[in-house]
Amino acid sequence: MPYAIEVTDVKKTFSGKQEVRALDGVSFNVEEGTVFGLLGPNGSGKTTAVRILTTILNADSGSALVLGHDVAKQADLVRSLIGLAGQYAAVDENLTGRENLTMVGRLNHLPKSYVAGRAKELLEQFDLADSGNRTLKTYSGGMRRRLDLAAALVARPTVLFLDEPTTGLDPQSRNDMWEVIESLVGEGTTVLLTTQYLEEADRLANTLSVLDHGRVIAEGTPAQLKSDLGATVLEVGLHDNDDVARTASVLNAIGPHAPNISGRVVEVTVDNGPVDAMEALRSLDQAGITPTTFTLREPSLDDAFLALTGHRTEDGDGEDGSAAKGSGGAGDRAGQPESATVPVGGNR
Amino acid sequence: MTTTISIPTVTGAPLATGVGARVRWAISDTLTVTKRNLIAITRIPEALFFSTVQPIMFVLLFRYVFGGAIHPGHGINYVNYLMPGIFVQTVAFGAIQTSIGLAEDLQKGLIERFRALPMARSAVLAGRTTADLCRNVMVVIVMTGVGFLVGYRPTTGVLPYLAGTGLILLFAYALSWGFALIGLSAPNSETAQVMSFPLLFPLTFASSAFVPLADMPSWLRGFATYQPVSVVVTACRSLMLGGPTSHWVVQAVAWTVGLLIVLPPFAVWRYRTRT
Ligand SMILES: Nc1ncnc2c1ncn2[C@@H]1O[C@H](COP(=O)(O)OP(=O)(O)OP(=O)(O)O)[C@@H](O)[C@H]1O
Ligand SMILES: [Mg+2]
Repeated sequence: MPYAIEVTDVKKTFSGKQEVRALDGVSFNVEEGTVFGLLGPNGSGKTTAVRILTTILNADSGSALVLGHDVAKQADLVRSLIGLAGQYAAVDENLTGRENLTMVGRLNHLPKSYVAGRAKELLEQFDLADSGNRTLKTYSGGMRRRLDLAAALVARPTVLFLDEPTTGLDPQSRNDMWEVIESLVGEGTTVLLTTQYLEEADRLANTLSVLDHGRVIAEGTPAQLKSDLGATVLEVGLHDNDDVARTASVLNAIGPHAPNISGRVVEVTVDNGPVDAMEALRSLDQAGITPTTFTLREPSLDDAFLALTGHRTEDGDGEDGSAAKGSGGAGDRAGQPESATVPVGGNR
Repeated sequence: MTTTISIPTVTGAPLATGVGARVRWAISDTLTVTKRNLIAITRIPEALFFSTVQPIMFVLLFRYVFGGAIHPGHGINYVNYLMPGIFVQTVAFGAIQTSIGLAEDLQKGLIERFRALPMARSAVLAGRTTADLCRNVMVVIVMTGVGFLVGYRPTTGVLPYLAGTGLILLFAYALSWGFALIGLSAPNSETAQVMSFPLLFPLTFASSAFVPLADMPSWLRGFATYQPVSVVVTACRSLMLGGPTSHWVVQAVAWTVGLLIVLPPFAVWRYRTRT
């Protein structure tokens, strides 16, 4: 059982003016050489988990092992094996790209000559060769992120932690970043990445855990998570609001799931895609409704999240009590998303 | 003392076992961080400029505006009396930079990266205070030049003068560790600066740096006589201008060494425990 990362019942509470239970008994395992995705909305505890695993923070209870070493008791050993690119690029503004990489290499106690070669190699690999001798003040956000990742790779870590590696990147840079991560995994690196983007987890992660309010509310492969929903999503776009309400009631009759309205789009989860789609078309025709779009699609992880937690990922909640209540219920239902009901009247 | 260092060629950083390797790496880490901070100082020359402009203004202000009304006695002219005070005040205010720099590193997340690296826990602070010591050397040299321009003429020999300068720099180094603690406790660099002033203001102004203690009200005189800035200023005056030396120098060294024994471990502990 070669696990690169083993997390067992880790809890962490921040005490301050207000006590925040950032991690409430989190467990997961990551096999060597795979990508593990930690997925969750703002404040769900992703960064806290990464900080504990990278020895920056101590857990209150539970155990966390990296390559079999306890992150609290063998911190220095763990530090020599991991690389971290945090949520916010942790690079020195006043240094050049090359100086930043050299500093990190030297602090990893790698020989000077090796560090110089490695810095050059990484600058080239990350398309920063031309700007390697400029101070970071002149770098764009995307360049900083790339340099930050390069810094995490200087010592060729066995396990790499990436906290929201593509947040704030444009689609092209995001795609580039994905390719870099994929090639690292190809070389045998184990990667733990956190993300708020379901698409990203879907594309990169072999396995993933969904965090909400410090608890794992679902886990498995992206495909499992989607198939747990057990169905296909039918999406009908419409001209005007009258049609929206009527369409919702037509689709409601198909059952067993209730439709969800987002603007002028009505969505419904159906159990038998093609058959239900044909029935929906017939009923819409009888009711005299002409849709502008009619799509049958795989459920996205976003749908999964909605079904699991009762709120969408982009809610940006955390302060309101209702979301907390919702998650308590969702936690109990973890693993049985099919029992979740999708509320009519979406919140977009 | 056995030392084994293995450098895996494929992955990961080399790992040290044994005290020897740990000590050598702690020193090399400190030098790496020092170098990084010194590079930053040269990249922001404004900062060095501002850390000398303010003390130069003080020199001009006290030398030419207030100086006429202050009589240090003992046949010492005021500019000679003033300059050792200026040196100490300058490096004391310079120590604020230590707290600002650390608070900035925390704020920008750089310390998060350092904490996840296999480097010595003391190196971030030792590298910062050492770089600030280097900056203070520059500043003291500049201020000495300025002093000579406005008529400062030390009256003892080269050796006691250098001893006095060394004492000032060592005291500044000790203060830096205290301000490192403030930097580690502040939520951001602005607050670090604001938190530093209330500490420095009484230390530098309720002292013998600018005005003879005899001119102060008696309630203030007690504090002003025995607080470290005054002690160091008085010791430096005696080293640079002559007078009863040993008593004050012993006290100044005691203060400095005392601070250096207490503050660094405390600051490193704060660095380790800060979340
Ligand atoms: N140092 C801290 N002190 C107090 N509370 C904290 C601290 N760090 C995190 N928290 C709280 O713990 C909870 C989890 O935070 P965390 O940063 O782990 O979330 P996250 O999933 O990374 O969110 P995001 O997507 O916004 O980065 C939040 O409620 C946050 O306010
Ligand atoms: Mg985060």
